[in-house]
Amino acid sequence: MADMMQFDLVSPERSVASLQASEVQIPGAEGDFTAMPDHAPVITTLRPGVLTVTTASGSESYFVTGGFAEVSAEGTSVLAEQAYPKADMTREILDQMIADANTARDSAAEGAVDAAAKFAADLVAAGDEISL
Amino acid sequence: MPNLKDLKNRIASVKSTRKITKAMQMVAAAKLRRAQEAAEAGRPYAERFNAVMGGLAASVGNSEGAPKLLSGTGSDQTQLLVVMTAERGLCGGFNGNIAKLARSAAQKLIAEGKTVKILTVGKKGREVLRRELGDHLIGHVDLSEVKRLGYANAADIAQDILARFDAGEFDVAKIYFSRFENVISQIPTETQIIPAAFEATGEEGTVYDYEPSEEEILADLLPRGVATQIFSALLENGASEQGARMSAMDNATRNAGEMIDKLTIQYNRSRQAVITNELIEIISGAEAL
Repeated sequence: MADMMQFDLVSPERSVASLQASEVQIPGAEGDFTAMPDHAPVITTLRPGVLTVTTASGSESYFVTGGFAEVSAEGTSVLAEQAYPKADMTREILDQMIADANTARDSAAEGAVDAAAKFAADLVAAGDEISL
Repeated sequence: MPNLKDLKNRIASVKSTRKITKAMQMVAAAKLRRAQEAAEAGRPYAERFNAVMGGLAASVGNSEGAPKLLSGTGSDQTQLLVVMTAERGLCGGFNGNIAKLARSAAQKLIAEGKTVKILTVGKKGREVLRRELGDHLIGHVDLSEVKRLGYANAADIAQDILARFDAGEFDVAKIYFSRFENVISQIPTETQIIPAAFEATGEEGTVYDYEPSEEEILADLLPRGVATQIFSALLENGASEQGARMSAMDNATRNAGEMIDKLTIQYNRSRQAVITNELIEIISGAEAL
């Protein structure tokens, strides 16, 4: 069994991380899960949250907002709308995101209010998780 | 025959023009490098995204409840053309070529009896299209204040387009931009974004588990797909613009150089003619005595 797999984290603007990982914790839309090498192929959407990658040299965390993750035999790739290494994530960025999310919620169409509200709440929760 | 002073002024003026075009060329070259880097950095996302969407669309695409963004509204009566051009001129045929492609497409659609609506991104395209198709313009996105093009810009444009789609303002949306081939060749391109057209990947890929269901993922991803396509179009356009400007300014610099050479020869000849004339006057004056 291979104990390392290729992990890619890309945002539309750039490739944020590309490394060999032994496990990746992904904040999926229906709950967190951990992908390890030889995980069954799965595609899931993301909620805003913290993604943790364990590599040979330790673990790294990234703050991601929506997007999706694809786990396959070749490895795991996460396509996030926005992705920041945990160290680069500041209260200001988060506050801005939350403010944007709240505006979006207030202007959301009838059927989309719940989703927009959940998005904003997830952002707040993710902020607490990395104790900003 | 212009006199010596005029010629001198002329040469000086062309020389300073050459300095300006040379500087613009160098600025464009530096910007081109950055734009190309941005375009390359954005490519992995777009590629992976399209691969996943292709797979999803193939499995859900033809079913009954497929989202409208994928299956279309069932009509192609009203078409939205999103024309992306630069905010600034002096870049050769760049803006003109995109506008020309969009204009001929619009005229063709109008001739077929379709309703055409045009959304412009970038000032230059708007100026060109307003003259002939002014009645069809429904909006304009101004990016002149944007220093560094980000995904957020594309997301805003996408949101605007999606809101219009939800309101039933159009059935089909196409974007017009220039694909960056290399510095001397940028190809005006038309791409349909709504309903989404994904290239079938061809390979029989892995069978994935979908979480939540395929339909829900698709509903979540399709709007993002619009933004992604617009973003890569904007990036391609940015690189194309700088490439076009660079070669246009290179040409201008060369032309200015040729002109300076020609004017200098003319200047030297006139100067010689003046000297010869003066000599003849002196000699014939001396002979007359």
